[in-house]
Amino acid sequence: MARWTAEKKKRAAVKTLFSSYYVLFLLFIYGPMFAMFILSFQGRRGGTSFPMRGASLYWWNKLLEPSSVGDMQGAMLRSIILALIVMVITALFSTMFAMAFRKRFFGSGALFYTIMTGIMVPGILLSLGLATLLKQLGISPAWWSTGLGVHVVWTLPFGFLVMMAVFNRFDSGLEEAARDMGASEWTVFTEVTLPLITPGIVAAGLFGFTLSYDEFARTTLLAGEYNTLPLDINASMTQRIRPTLFALGTASTLFSLLMIGLFLLVYTVLAKRTR
Amino acid sequence: MERAIETRHRGLIGVQPAPPEAVVETAQRVRREAGFPVGWLIAPGVAWLILFLVVPLASIIVFSFWTSTGHGMTPDPTLRYYHEYFSSEGFFDPESKKFLEPGIFIRTLWSTFRFTLTVMFFCLLLGYPIAYFLAMQVHSFKWQMALFLLCMVPFWTSYLIRAVAWLPMLGRRGLLNDFLMSIGVIDKPSTVLLYSEFSYTMALVQLYVVLCVGPIFFSLAKIDKDILEAARDMGATSFQTFREIVAPLSLPGVAIGMIFIFVMIMGEFATAVVVYGGKTTTVGTVILNYYAVANYPFAAVNALMLMIAMMIGVVIILRIVDIRSQL
Repeated sequence: MARWTAEKKKRAAVKTLFSSYYVLFLLFIYGPMFAMFILSFQGRRGGTSFPMRGASLYWWNKLLEPSSVGDMQGAMLRSIILALIVMVITALFSTMFAMAFRKRFFGSGALFYTIMTGIMVPGILLSLGLATLLKQLGISPAWWSTGLGVHVVWTLPFGFLVMMAVFNRFDSGLEEAARDMGASEWTVFTEVTLPLITPGIVAAGLFGFTLSYDEFARTTLLAGEYNTLPLDINASMTQRIRPTLFALGTASTLFSLLMIGLFLLVYTVLAKRTR
Repeated sequence: MERAIETRHRGLIGVQPAPPEAVVETAQRVRREAGFPVGWLIAPGVAWLILFLVVPLASIIVFSFWTSTGHGMTPDPTLRYYHEYFSSEGFFDPESKKFLEPGIFIRTLWSTFRFTLTVMFFCLLLGYPIAYFLAMQVHSFKWQMALFLLCMVPFWTSYLIRAVAWLPMLGRRGLLNDFLMSIGVIDKPSTVLLYSEFSYTMALVQLYVVLCVGPIFFSLAKIDKDILEAARDMGATSFQTFREIVAPLSLPGVAIGMIFIFVMIMGEFATAVVVYGGKTTTVGTVILNYYAVANYPFAAVNALMLMIAMMIGVVIILRIVDIRSQL
């Protein structure tokens, strides 16, 4: 009996140890962002580090007024539009690919590895290869054409893996039943398959949206004339760093968090409904 | 109607009529048509991947053999840029100090690689206990998912901004300096915290550690808890259980996480600028620099070597751990 409680005590101690490490870990990955968040409310005469010299919305206001350097509002708008398009295409392609992979077909192995290469290839390589090719052909890159192209290459594998997992647990008996009752392929898809896989599609879309919205390396040489938000942030790094950058970072992060929350909410609601 | 009555099968039960051809045909058609045709499903995605993945990578290979004209390229095949990449000046001169010494670009690739290994090591060191905690110590599925998502959220936010967020922490008047001074470790602000190898490593570990928490967590969560119970019943200590059961079974997750981090950091260049002030040279920055001065073939050679180094690295990791057995 004594040994038993000793064991229990030891286990509880280990658990406490791990829990405190977890909290420290969170502090490590979120701490800097909190510092940035607080510093974005820096007083007018304050700098980019602590201590705070008063609190103000001065730097946030600077974010809103049209500035001489860069075009933050425009860049943010472009990033959001791009992310939305990437989201739709990622969700669409990853669903189609995953549906194709339910059957074995010629070249499926090669295709699987090609899709996965999208994660493996560093963004700088895609940027370089495509940008040089376009230069050679005399075509100018743009965020909505070539930028969109390489973003989808990056987000597609994530969406694809999500959809593969969805179809792995999918009961195709339901589709068989619908087919036996004479439903056409399209009806089977819209009435049976689609409602069941919608949560998965939302999750694939989450990867599409967030990864594209934050992508920097792949757009570096391919955005063309107008910057996306990460490019704009990078450009402002070359000037003197001001708390405006922190305000921008905070705004962008809050927007990301909002989108993640929204996706998770939609996912939970849909997942509950299909169950 | 007559054909339907025509008999072909003679079974034990008696004479069975063969299915009418029309039925057979329908059955075959239904089977053939189960699901949309594969060709239509994959065609748009395949076209996209060819255009934006295969073609760019192929053009890197092709362009690495072309000749730079100073502002563009001409398709005159040459190995000049490979030669430039591999040999430093005096490479073939036994009298020279640099005899048979690899060029600066090889050394850049090597230092990038070594640095990547350091970051991978710290990511594993910091990330593994988190994955272990989530998989083994948190018992309610809901909490597990919630705590896991909390770790994953940074992956979905901008890493450039997260790199920027290190500035107020590590700067000369940053929080870390303040903290170190207040506990008396140092008496004047240290300047090595920012724009140094220290800040670079720290920032990269913070940015990428979540990438290995995910895969390790998944492989740990798949371990049957009964095995651990059995080991304990047979008198294994916690450490023995970990070494003999948990660690080997989590290796595939470790491998996947390490591959993730490896490929991301080998091509890394933006963080270097933000927290290292561009003082360091990675393969990524070299490629960008040569692109900026319009020496495209040489940028392509660097890119190609990076690609080959990465492939070798991934193959080595896959050789050590067979991840397919666990997928």
